[in-house]
Parts: sequence; structure tokens; C-alpha cells
Amino acid sequence: MTAVIPVMILLPFLGALVIGLTPARRAEVFRPIAVLASGGTAAVAAYVLTQFESGEAGYQFVVDRTWIADLGISMHFGIDGISLFLVLMTAGIFPIAILGAKPHHDPKPYYAWLLILQAGSIGVFCALDLVMFFVFFEIVLVPMYFLIGMWGHGRRTYAATKFFLYTMAGSALMLVGIFALALLQSNATGDPLTFDIVTITDNLAVSTTAGRWIFVALAIAFAVKVPLFPLHTWLPDAHTEAPTAGSVILAAVMLKLGTYGFLRLGIEMLPEASVWAAPVLMTLGVIGLTYGAIAATMQKDLKRLVAYSSVAHLGFIILGMFSLTTQGIEGGVLIMVNHGITTGALFLLVGMIYERRHTRLISELSGLQKVAPVMAAVFTTVMLASVGLPGLNGFPGEFLALLGAFSGARWWGVVAVTGVILAALYLLWAYQRTFHGPLTAENASMKDMTGSEFAVMVPLLALIVFLGIYPTPLLERMEPSVEAVIVHVEESVPGFISPDPGLERRAVGDHGDGAEEGEG
Amino acid sequence: MADVLWLIPALPLAGFVLLMAFGRRLGDPLAGVVGTLTVAGSFVVSLFALFDLNSLPTDERVVQQTLFTWIPAGGFSVDIGFLSDPLTITMCLFITGIAALIHLYSIGYMAGDENYSKFFVYLNLFVASMLLLVLGDNLLLTFLGWEGVGACSYLLISFWFTDEANASAGKKAFVTNRIGDFGFMVGTFLVWMTLGSINYLEINERVHGGIAAGTATAIVLLFFLAATGKSAQLPLFVWLPDAMAGPTPVSALIHAATMVTSGIFLLTRLNPLLEEAGWANDVIAWVGLATALVAALAAVAQNDIKKVLAYSTISQLGYMFLAVGSGAFVAGVFHMITHAFFKALLFLGSGAVIAAMAHEQDMRRYGNLRKYLPITTVTFVVGWLAISGVPPFAGFWSKDEVLAAAWDNGPAGPVMWAIGVVIALLTAFYMTRLVAMTFFGGKERWREPEELPTDPAEAAAAEHEAYEDAPDAHGHHLTPEHTPREPNWTMTVPLVVLGVFATVIGLINLPFGEKVDYLADWLDPTLAHAHEALSAGILAVLAAVAIVVAVVGIAVAWRVYAQHKGSPEKIELPAFEHALYIDDTYAAVVGGPGEAAFDGVATFDSEVVDGAVNGVGRLTQLTGRAVSVFQSGFVRAYALAVAGGAVVLLVFVVMRMSSS
Repeated sequence: MTAVIPVMILLPFLGALVIGLTPARRAEVFRPIAVLASGGTAAVAAYVLTQFESGEAGYQFVVDRTWIADLGISMHFGIDGISLFLVLMTAGIFPIAILGAKPHHDPKPYYAWLLILQAGSIGVFCALDLVMFFVFFEIVLVPMYFLIGMWGHGRRTYAATKFFLYTMAGSALMLVGIFALALLQSNATGDPLTFDIVTITDNLAVSTTAGRWIFVALAIAFAVKVPLFPLHTWLPDAHTEAPTAGSVILAAVMLKLGTYGFLRLGIEMLPEASVWAAPVLMTLGVIGLTYGAIAATMQKDLKRLVAYSSVAHLGFIILGMFSLTTQGIEGGVLIMVNHGITTGALFLLVGMIYERRHTRLISELSGLQKVAPVMAAVFTTVMLASVGLPGLNGFPGEFLALLGAFSGARWWGVVAVTGVILAALYLLWAYQRTFHGPLTAENASMKDMTGSEFAVMVPLLALIVFLGIYPTPLLERMEPSVEAVIVHVEESVPGFISPDPGLERRAVGDHGDGAEEGEG
Repeated sequence: MADVLWLIPALPLAGFVLLMAFGRRLGDPLAGVVGTLTVAGSFVVSLFALFDLNSLPTDERVVQQTLFTWIPAGGFSVDIGFLSDPLTITMCLFITGIAALIHLYSIGYMAGDENYSKFFVYLNLFVASMLLLVLGDNLLLTFLGWEGVGACSYLLISFWFTDEANASAGKKAFVTNRIGDFGFMVGTFLVWMTLGSINYLEINERVHGGIAAGTATAIVLLFFLAATGKSAQLPLFVWLPDAMAGPTPVSALIHAATMVTSGIFLLTRLNPLLEEAGWANDVIAWVGLATALVAALAAVAQNDIKKVLAYSTISQLGYMFLAVGSGAFVAGVFHMITHAFFKALLFLGSGAVIAAMAHEQDMRRYGNLRKYLPITTVTFVVGWLAISGVPPFAGFWSKDEVLAAAWDNGPAGPVMWAIGVVIALLTAFYMTRLVAMTFFGGKERWREPEELPTDPAEAAAAEHEAYEDAPDAHGHHLTPEHTPREPNWTMTVPLVVLGVFATVIGLINLPFGEKVDYLADWLDPTLAHAHEALSAGILAVLAAVAIVVAVVGIAVAWRVYAQHKGSPEKIELPAFEHALYIDDTYAAVVGGPGEAAFDGVATFDSEVVDGAVNGVGRLTQLTGRAVSVFQSGFVRAYALAVAGGAVVLLVFVVMRMSSS
């Protein structure tokens, strides 16, 4: 029971090890091994879901072993309501990405890297020690670098190098921030050095100034990863040049490492600095979600368009989280999960089109719905989910994030709602130009989705509908943890009160006495 | 009975699921039959709900049914829950009733289409969404329906997607509506911030004394912005004429009878809020009036039969907003109901004509069709008289109430009324023009192609336009030898039924005192009464003026278009044909500076933001003078070092874990 987290980290790693030890000529076994290892991990994650106590705010399945006692580094892992669904999504999306696209060469390292990537990502979401967090955060760079660099498209070397250097620069700052935090904390408390996230969070003792500097260092690292404007330009290149599975994982999982970091190591661990920086981050979120959408509208490459749409969606997450409201943070976490599902599905679909047509240029595609009605139907569903159509999975998170933004900082919320209009514009226009219109000669022989391709999409489609109508299982499990974060921020920052008109209304009694008049 | 409320949307939804799974196998016409039956079933359930509600004492006619919590987050919580009250059930009845008839009609109209079953998939999903919109007990569930009908509208407008124009029209409808949705979302946020709930009953209960006038005004204006999108009012009406690209049953159901009335429904649902909203009501009334006028002028100069009806719909919706803005919610709902019947009838009638005329939609090639299409002609004439405001047909009664409400709306009331009367005149005129050009006039103009404009440039333009405006054209061509034929029974039965309703539905709310205004009485628990009733004398005078105006409009148009006396060019001004160039202006702005600005952002991103990054990169390379190492070797080596470290680390972790 308590070993589930190590199992989820080690199982894919062992899969990678097995692949590594198998001779390369046995090319046919790598894919099954990868499916088995990543699928097994997903099964364990599903088990974690069934065992999760939904009323609890704290960490569950905790593993805590001293590792380097002198430095206060421990192997501390745990899952709470916030990380639970990120772990589940990570565990689940890998088998889908593996099944949804094949490499054109060198299957052995390809699958091995993917499995290491899965292990590392789960590690980040479970780590409760700063050094552990950093190590896993770094580990995931490597497989992604090789996935882009070796199995990518045209400008893959450029994209991979850019991706690597960009994130490395951020990581260097994070390392400095982490060590500064641990040392200053130890100085202030007089306790021995510790990197334990829970200990530091519960008892933060560094000065306000130091806290803010540390926050800035961490925030830059996370901002690169998210990515936030103006640090986002590695993403369109990396996404576009990466192989399909790489793009899926990049969007679904790796970008969330940044937003998760903001939440766990930012808002939760450094609340004062987060309140201080919230206006800036909300502004960057709003810029991201409008600017990303506008840039997406004008893209000529379908995959690049989806990449820019990620910039927009991640803007919603940051906006919601830094509204520092229950709704905003829950909305942000919900988008993290649902963006993984929908954008993962979009990249798979774009990959399928590319495999068939060997082009991603919108101008060369036309009338595809005529020859590929099933693919068109799936694409339409996923597109409408991504647009945030109520009833599908994109909506609840987006709505809550905006609601939180509006109650936390009204005008940011108002401007952000324009992003909802833009999302419809870029996706529907792209769909119109690729799937609608006359069927041109070059596209006339394109094949529709195969049965197995459709089978890969089925779980994603099922989740798109289910989580749109019934997101409650996610929300009720994350709520205690999110509310604990809010309470923690309120207690740590004098004078800060997170607005929640619903609760206030209940507190005053359920009758309008005019007190809430005007600017609520 | 209230516990089966959920069946009302669930039946069409079940039809949607069923047809999505087996539609192709069921094929033509079975898929259509399944679709029709599920919607008809929903109508029957609505009837039961009506009787059920009616059996309750007047002040207890509010039933809520909560299925489950949809989105709970902190102090915010919203249910999938239904609200049954007189307003909702009234909506459900005419939505399911008309939808069932239009489904039946579509069985015939869509026969032979290669995506026959898909059409019913979308149509059923539409009906389910529309019912969720009106049944939802909170703003967010209404929003779900609101967006659902919008998505179905998008899918159905671009149903014949291989034509670029249809695909573009679908997208335009969705995106334009999204601009309105901005208002819906921000309005919902503001309601929650102010009142702590988005449940209708709680909103309406907390509004009185619980909200500042300024806030109420802001909220109402935001929801009105949403309404101008969905219900095609100024400034967002431009998508509706283009939406005629969809198959004609879609135009009848979605773009005339049901979806486009959502905005009026929403504001009516929030009527206690409107009462607190001060001048926002005047904005609603004036915008409605202005839209009604602009659209009526545009309708005068259209040659595409569906475009006339589209502008007419916009104009009639404007009337409904005039009523709502004047505080006459019953009149708004009344006109919504009568309009749903006669406009659905007119659209279906136009569909019968279009089908009979080899999918030609240009009225300049029609004429004298009464000889060939007797049933269509008779039912169409009923619809024409109804919309023109000729008593005793339905439109007369409801339009009269709207105009009376306008008259009564404060000091500006008589001015509003006068403009409303001008619109009534135009309505009678353009509808008579349509009827005369199509069914009367003596000449069968498709037999004489030389009747079309002789100026070569104009002819070419007209040809082009006719092509663009004929989305139903599927390689059919109207030849001079063509003989129009009446469609089969699945199409004529709905026409006859709707014709009967368009004649008598006005009886539900007669202005002859307390005993016969059944609708007002029925809606009383839900709707506020802001105004004292006008005296019978004034009402009689207003009605008399309305009748005279209708007769004048009909007479003038009949003279010009049936008897061919006088010159149409004096009336059909180019400015009218282009609806005062509003859409053209938008298109110019969006396609010109708008696109340029968007392109500018994209270029800025790739050249400036990314350029700076690459510049830094290049600078580092040059100073390091180790280009090749840096580009591949160094990064690769570093990456491998990290990977190696990771392996060591993981092995270590494994050993530690297993040793304990």
C-alpha cells in the first residue's frame, strides 16, 4: 500500500531497463514491453485512485526515508488531492501516446526514453523533497531532448537544443533558489538543514525579501516550463518538430510540471511572495491566453497552431491559480488534467494527418471530412472540448479559473474571457480550412482512421464527455487540499483574504441584507 | 410527475446517442423516424408536465428536480437540475411540438442525402440542448444548453461543408455568438459575486433589495450582450442571414422558431433582475426596435427567399426585445410563441418551394407557383397573413400586444410605438412582395431567363450571388422546362398543422379582459407585471391603426409585385439589400486591419520575441567560439551526463528501498 509511489516510479524505469538489456535486433518486443510497463503504471495509478481517501487534505501513500542525513535530503514522496489527478493523467497518457504513434526508426531507445520520461514525470508530481523534485525535474529533460532530437521532424536539432538550453537556464536558477531557501531556512530556525517541502512549508522562516528573491528564481524556472510569455518561444519549435508521442507528452505532462511547481513550491511554500507576485503572474497569464490565441490564429502549420493553443490554455491555468481563490486553483488544476487529455488528443490527430499526407500545412489540406468522416467527427469533438464547450471536459476548469480570476481581480477576469472568443476563432477556422471546403486532388486518397487508431482515441473521448458532465470526482478529491492551501496562504500573509462570495453568503445567513451591494 | 422532468431532454438525447451508434445502419428513412419519435415523445412528456403543473395551486407552480452536482468548488456549486414552472413548460411545449413537426418534414426534405442519418444526429442533439437551455434551474446549465445549441447550429449550418460559403457561415455563427457569450460568462460571474448563487430561484429571491441598481444594470446589459448574439440583434445579428446556408429545416427550427429566441427567454427568466436594472431596459427596447427596423428594411430588398425570411426573423426578434425592454414579458413570450409557429411555417413553406424549384432560391425566377403547389400556397398564405398582422391570424394579436406595451413605455413610448408601426408596415410589404413574387404575379419567370438583369456586369454579379446564395443547390439546375411538384406527405402534413396553429394560436391570449388572457394568467406566477393595462379605448385605437397599416402594406406591395405597376427599384435600394452595409463594414474591418493586427502579433512573436532568444544564442556561440561543440556535442554530452546521473540515482533509490 505505501509502496505505490515507488512502484509507479520504478515500473516504467524497469521497463526501460529491460528494453535496454534486450538486443536491438529484437525490434518487435520493444513496443509491447513499453505498453506493458506504462500500462502497468497506469493500472497502479488507478489503484491509487481507489485507495485515495477523498476527505483528506494531507499527503497520502507517504514514503519518507532519510537519504543524505547530513544535508537533510530525504526520499520523501506523497500524493494529495492536487497531485493525485496529475499522477493519474501522467500514468494514463503514456500508454496512449505509445499506442497512438510509432517511431520510424530505432524503436529501442525511443521506447526506453519514453519510459524514463514517465518515471521522471511521476517523480516530480510525487516529490516532497526539494532535491528530489529538482532531480526529477531535470531527469525529464533528457529523454525529451533525445525524443525531439532523434525522432523529430525537419529542424529537430535546432528545436531540441533550444528546448534543452532554455529549460536548463531556468533549472540553474531553480537550483540556486532551492539551496538558498534551505540554507536561509536553516539559519533562521536554527534547525539542521532540510530540503523537506512539507517541513519548510509548515514553518517558513526566511525573511520577506529573501522569500521573494527565492520565489523569483523558482518562478523563472517554472515560467520557462509552463511556458509564460515572453519565455515561450521554445515551445512552438519543440512541439512542431517533436514526434507525435513527444508532442503529446510535452503538452499533457511536461508543461504541467511548471504549473504544478508554481502551485506546490510557489503558492503553497512561499505564500507571501506569491501574493506579492500574483498581479504580475496573472497579467502574464492573461497575456499568454490572449497572445497565444492570436498567434495560434495566424499559424500556417496545424501542429504549430495546436502548440500555440497550449500557450493560451496554460495562461488560463496561471491566471486561475494566482487569483488565489478556491475556484481559481481548482480550475487551474482541472485544466492541467483536461488540457492533457484534449491537447494530447489533438496532437495524436494531427500526427495521423501528417502520417497520411506528409504535410501539416493548413493550406495544403482541404475537404478532409469528405474522405475521413470518422476522423472528422473525432476531431470536431476534441476541438469543441478544447474550445471550452460546456458539457465537454474543457469547460469546468476554464469556467472555474475565470470565475476565480474575476472574484480575485475583476478586470483580469474580464479581459481573460476574451480568450474564450479567440479559442473558438483559431480552432474553428483551422477546422474549416482543413476538414471543410472542397476536396482537393491531393487529399482525395487520404484514408480515414483505422480501427486501432480509433481505439486509442476512445478512452480520451470517453474522458472528454465524462469529465465535462461529471467533474465532481476530481473536484471533491482536490478540494480539501486546495482549501488547505488557501487557509495556509491566509494564515501566512497578514491581511490577505481569499474571496469566496458563496461562502460569505452562507456565513452571513442566507438572506440578502444589502450588505453585499455594489462592488462585491 | 415532476420527477420525470428529466425525460424531456433525455428522450431527444437518447435519440442522439442511438442515432450516433446505429444511424448509418438504420439509414433513410428509419433514422429520421427514430429522431422524430424521440422528439414527439418529449412533446408528450411536456404535455403531462403541463397538466401536472396546472393541477397545482397557482403559487406552488415551481418544481425543482436536482439530478446531481455538476461543478462544486468551495462556496461555488452548481447542479444539473431542472426547474419546472409555467414559463419553462410553455417553452418546452412549443419547442418539442415544432421540433417534432420539423423532424417529420426533414424525413422527406433530406431524403437521399448522403449524410441523412448524421442530419438527425445533429438535429436531435440540438433539441436536447435547447430543452436543457430552458429547463436548467441555474445560469450555468442554461449556458450549457446555450452553447450546445450554438454548436449544433454550427454543425448544421456547415452541414453541406464542401461548399466554402457554408463552412464559413457556420464558423461565423459560432464565433459571433462567442462574442455574446463573453457577456453571458461575465454576467454569470457578477451574479455570483453579488448574490452568492447562480440558481434562478435564489437569484430571483435575493434580487429585491439585495442588489445595487448599478450592479443590476451591468448584469442585465451583459446578459443582453449575450442575447444580441444568440438572438441576432444589433450589433451581432450579422451571422443569421449567412446561417441560411444550412438546410431549410434547420433554418426553420433553429434559426427561426427556437434557438434564436433564447435571448428573449433568458431575459424573461431573469425578469426580477430586469426590474432593478433601470436604464438597461431602455437599451434593450431601443436596440430591439432599431434592429427590427434595420432588418425590415433589409428584408424589403432581398431576392433570395430564405434571406427575406432571415431578415424578417431578425426583425420579429427585435419586436420581442422591444416588449421585454418595455417590461411586457408576457407580450414578449406571446409573440415568441406565435412567431415560432408562423415563421416555422413560412420557412418550411419556402423549403417546399425550394425543393420544388430544383433548389433555386432566387425569387426573381419564381412566379405563379400557386398553380403547381396548392397546399404549400394555402399554408404559406396563412403564414403571410399571420406575420403581416391581419386579424384573426396569430401574429395580429401578439404584435398588437407588443406595440401596446411600447406605447405604454414611459414618455418615449409613443415614439417607439410609431417606429414599431412603421416596421409593421414594412413587414406587411416585404411579406406580400415575397408571396406575390413566388406564388402569384401571373408570370412563370423561370421559363423566361431573359427577365433577369440585362446589364452584363450586373448579370454576372447576380449569377455569382445566386450561386453563392444557393447552398441547397446540389448540382440541380432550374431549366425553363421545369414543372414544380408538391412534396410528399411528410412535408405537407407539418405545413398544414403549423398552418392551423398559425391561425388559432393567438387565441391563447386575447386582449378582451381578464377571462381570456390565458397566457398572461398562466405565466403570472413567473413574470412580473410592470405595467397597468391600457384602457380598452386606447387599445382599440392602436389595434385599428395596426390593421390599417397592415392593409396598406399589403396593398402597395400587391400593386407593385403582383400587378406589376410601379417600379420596384425605387424601393429595393442597394443600401437595404446590404442591410445598411453593417456586415460589409465588419468584414472589411476583420479582413483588413483585424487580420493585419493578428498577423502583426504572430510576426512579432517569431521575429522579435523569438528573434531575441536566437540572438542571445548566437551571441553566446560567437563569444564561446565553439559553435560545433555547442550545437551538438556539448548539449548532448551534458544530457547524457544528466541521464547517467539519473540512472545512478535511481539504482541507488532502488537499493535503499529494497534494503529496508
